[in-house]
Amino acid sequence: MLKVDLAVIGGGPAGLAAALEARKNGIENILIIEREKELGGILQQCIHNGFGLHYFGEELTGPEYAERFVEQVKKEGIAYKTSTMVLDIRPDRTITAVNSTDGLIKISAACIILAMGCRERTRGTLNIPGDRPAGIFTAGTAQRFVNMEGYMPGKKVVILGSGDIGLIMARRLTLEGAEVKMVCELLPYSGGLTRNIVQCLEDYNIPLRLSHTVVKIHGKDRLKGVTVAKVDSNRQPIKGTEEYVECDTLLLSVGLIPENELSRGAGIQIDPVTSGPVVDERMATSVEGIFACGNVVHVHDLVDNVTMESITAGRNAAKYILSCKDTRSVGRSIKTVPGHGVRYIVPQRISDLENIEELKLFFRTNDVYRNALVVVHFGQKTLYSAKRQKLAPGEMETVKLKSEALAELVCDTSCDELKVDIEL
Amino acid sequence: MEERIITCIVCPMGCRLNVEAENDKIGNISGNRCSRGKTYAAEECTAPKRMLTTTVRVSGGIHPFLPVKTERAIPKGLIRQCMEEIRSVQVSAPVKAGDIIVKNICGTGVDIIATRSIPCQN
Amino acid sequence: MNYDVAIIGAGVTGAFIARELSRYDLKACLLEKEADVAMGTTKANSAIVHAGYDAKHGTLKSKLNVRGNQMMERISRELDVPFKKTGSLVLAFSEHDLATIKDLYENGLKNGVPGLRLLNAEEVIRLEPNVNPNILGALYAPSAGIVCPYELAIGAVENAVDNGVDLKLECEVRDIRCTGDIFELITGKGAIRSNYVVNASGLQADIISSMVQETEFSIRPRKGEYLLMDKTMGNMVNTVIFQPPTRMGKGILVTPTVDGNLLTGPTAEDVDDRDDVSTSPSGMRRIMEEAKKLVPNLGFRDVITSFAGLRAAPDTGDFVIEASRKVKGFINAAGIESPGLTAAPAIGEYVLELLKEQGLALKPKDNFNPIRKSIVHFRDLNDNDRNELIRKNPMYGSIVCRCETVTEGEIVDSIRRPAGAKNLDAVKRRTRAGMGRCQGGFCTPRVVDILSRELGIPPEEVTKKGLGSNILLGKRG
Ligand SMILES: Cc1cc2nc3c(=O)[nH]c(=O)nc-3n(C[C@H](O)[C@H](O)[C@H](O)COP(=O)(O)OP(=O)(O)OC[C@H]3O[C@@H](n4cnc5c(N)ncnc54)[C@H](O)[C@@H]3O)c2cc1C
Ligand SMILES: Cc1cc2nc3c(=O)[nH]c(=O)nc-3n(C[C@H](O)[C@H](O)[C@H](O)COP(=O)(O)OP(=O)(O)OC[C@H]3O[C@@H](n4cnc5c(N)ncnc54)[C@H](O)[C@@H]3O)c2cc1C
Ligand code: SF4
Repeated sequence: MLKVDLAVIGGGPAGLAAALEARKNGIENILIIEREKELGGILQQCIHNGFGLHYFGEELTGPEYAERFVEQVKKEGIAYKTSTMVLDIRPDRTITAVNSTDGLIKISAACIILAMGCRERTRGTLNIPGDRPAGIFTAGTAQRFVNMEGYMPGKKVVILGSGDIGLIMARRLTLEGAEVKMVCELLPYSGGLTRNIVQCLEDYNIPLRLSHTVVKIHGKDRLKGVTVAKVDSNRQPIKGTEEYVECDTLLLSVGLIPENELSRGAGIQIDPVTSGPVVDERMATSVEGIFACGNVVHVHDLVDNVTMESITAGRNAAKYILSCKDTRSVGRSIKTVPGHGVRYIVPQRISDLENIEELKLFFRTNDVYRNALVVVHFGQKTLYSAKRQKLAPGEMETVKLKSEALAELVCDTSCDELKVDIEL
Repeated sequence: MEERIITCIVCPMGCRLNVEAENDKIGNISGNRCSRGKTYAAEECTAPKRMLTTTVRVSGGIHPFLPVKTERAIPKGLIRQCMEEIRSVQVSAPVKAGDIIVKNICGTGVDIIATRSIPCQN
Repeated sequence: MNYDVAIIGAGVTGAFIARELSRYDLKACLLEKEADVAMGTTKANSAIVHAGYDAKHGTLKSKLNVRGNQMMERISRELDVPFKKTGSLVLAFSEHDLATIKDLYENGLKNGVPGLRLLNAEEVIRLEPNVNPNILGALYAPSAGIVCPYELAIGAVENAVDNGVDLKLECEVRDIRCTGDIFELITGKGAIRSNYVVNASGLQADIISSMVQETEFSIRPRKGEYLLMDKTMGNMVNTVIFQPPTRMGKGILVTPTVDGNLLTGPTAEDVDDRDDVSTSPSGMRRIMEEAKKLVPNLGFRDVITSFAGLRAAPDTGDFVIEASRKVKGFINAAGIESPGLTAAPAIGEYVLELLKEQGLALKPKDNFNPIRKSIVHFRDLNDNDRNELIRKNPMYGSIVCRCETVTEGEIVDSIRRPAGAKNLDAVKRRTRAGMGRCQGGFCTPRVVDILSRELGIPPEEVTKKGLGSNILLGKRG
């Protein structure tokens, strides 16, 4: 049995930032475990620019952003194992991993940080009827084929879903000579960042069909075409609006889901809305000594937010390791409650009120709102209120509570719910 | 003066910018949350530019492809031409992030640089 | 090459006929038009080993069903394929239903089905706490079970190939000529000569049969759609849960699968196209509606994929397994609709009898090996065995499919073994790589890589399921 102070599961930006922060806070014996053959996570295949504007103040590509952290991890001499898959995590923080050289590896960790990222939703989850030919990919799989392996998944492409990966791939495939016929989005608004609509679709005259979906798949061996149709306000296809679009490839960019099979195995409480662990402001999960950060907690659009969140996790993990204080037994705790127009909030609870220095709430809305107020209520009191030009489900919002607001949380013990509302 | 609405793509905020423009003359710009938006809007109306990111073949490295980018944004109209030129390029490992892969691509004065390091295999 | 016997169609029927034949000293070949075995009806069905109470007493179906059920335990051991004797329940929700299950019970007794019992509502709920509480009773058949249908067929073919049968894939029989005593089969890969021909071509069986004789039966494809649910739903039921049968068939059922998922379906819809395995929104909705009547707790949120299979329904109402009365040496194993999967091992025996009657000399081989070893599945091993395996072959330490925990070692084995996998779907069926939650999103590029390396072909030539189903359409640039 290998003994470590901190085991970090996943060597993407979340895991790397968390490990570095823990080291900075005095933790020596750290092990990062990554199933790919190198560190960096999903960023290695995201060759486009658009990373790091907030954190580094400059615009980097995915690999550049990753390399900065990877270099630091190496400089700090933090141990890592690549090509190593974690198979199981127990609530007592023993980890089972496997690779070709060591075989099965059993690790006993004083503390664990979960940073496994997320996976893409697939067609099955969507149940599109029709044949089952070759030529249907998730956008991320296509991205890997094109950017990492140098193969074209297809020549005539329809993209279902306007998530960022799909938008980025629309441009990428166009530049590589493919014809991207259209991007269909079920909802009346796009799931991706506005800038990606502009620079990936509009720049290349690729139509974005809002309130449209793929209703049938054609082709027995390789995809031959899809039928798309307009949908009504209940997202049901409208009869008579069907249109056949010839294509050899269908990319699915219909969202990501946090990868939490390991977390479930460890008995960690999962939020059904985010599909990630329920965490508090320290990124502590419901199981003692297990923290989580990055896309495994909730899907981020910006890696900068992942980094910030992971720093929080790394710092608190270090604190835990050095103090050995149970992450759960912290007295009074406050729940964050999604109010009007809010789909979810992370953290889901605030538990270490004595030591709270700052509090950032990340949330997503459930619809598009223009010129709306974001208001944070604590019982009868309003702790925060600010106007936002535009709020959209595709873009994560943050609220930072000032120290006066935090003082209210600590002092007013009659209330245990912090609510975020969108007010028009 | 004509009023145009453009979306700023400099950062993920994606501000909607109102630009008053007449031919190449730029008037008032509003809607930007920071000064970079102003510069972008003016440029977008007169000489739009974009960053280009793609990959080039690399031999002898731990990966067969190396991600690259234009060091700065290049004129939007030249993107396809640049892709053509980059397509024919092949480099050998090792490569370090920041290495210049193509100098002065298509006469733009902008270099194509590596965006990651690729060590040799073994 | 002159074969003693040529079998057309490598579904579960052809597979067991081939395996039976491989016990004897003769040359047999198994011809399949697709790029893998078990690509027809055998790939997509309910996977139930039926007890045998519903086939009408006196039919060939009823006889071979009960016999096949009896054989399944031994067969699954010999071929090392998963089989679980879960038992089955036919639920009754009305007086009419109660009468129906009573009839089934009596028919079952006549067919010789062991252990049949009529249960009252309480007994049913004790057995299956998640079924609709409005039930009045059920017919319980303890001898029913579940298998993995394609693995059963793959296991039988591998064993047959191991014992000397030639498997020819992507080898469609387009015509059959009878010249004297010899059949000449015109295939996509040239002519094949054989003394005897067994037609086990499933949905094409009437067409193949009419290549040699005027054929008195016809096959009508009847589609059945399914929904497959996540493993988190796998223990919603312990047994196979049926609706009471109607004229249209056995109706929608809910069953665990041997892999721990939950399966519900099938619909029943006559179609014209013998290749049409597309699914439809109306079908999916119907399945869910009906399934919820049996197990109210189901919902679309847990569905991970949908698929459809085609029943090769004969107009005769019974299996058509007989030697041609007009052309000596030609045998039909046709109209093998449900419970064809269950009956397959018994059909194998039965066809051998027919061949013998037709004059085929059957001299047992002394070196016939009935044992086939399945691919070693890393996920099913304990820690010690896992370590041992990795030490012997480090490829077992490299996980390729994260959702189903499939290692590179297993994938390579699936490609290299007899009747090995030649494409992505074939690997998937043998190893489960790509069958999990992410449905191949993660492992597809990796499996393409391994297939390309093992088969010695460029990645662009790797297919999903054979000719024309290439996964990648060329190199960049
Ligand atoms: C295609 C795409 C485009 C994006 N574009 C942008 C953009 O333009 N700008 C921006 O700021 N952000 C962007 N993002 C978001 C940002 O990249 C992600 O939010 C960020 O990478 C998440 O980091 P992470 O470490 O949580 O997850 P990941 O990067 O996914 O890392 C998780 C790591 O854990 C490993 N792992 C998982 N399970 C195991 C296990 N069992 N054992 C061992 N290792 C395991 C994985 O291999 C992976 O390396 C994009 C994301 C994607 C997917
Ligand atoms: C919806 C549904 C549910 C079912 N549920 C059950 C169940 O629960 N339990 C049960 O016991 N049974 C069940 N069955 C029945 C069972 O699946 C079938 O009886 C069995 O799979 C038939 O196998 P087969 O080998 O005869 O046909 P197939 O599997 O169709 O095999 C025929 C093969 O012949 C090949 N072929 C065709 N033409 C040619 C040609 N010209 N040249 C070369 N090759 C050719 C085909 O490609 C195919 O591989 C079900 C069937 C369906 C459709
Ligand atoms: S104006 Fe400034 S803040 Fe707004 S999108 Fe442009 S760069 Fe971002």
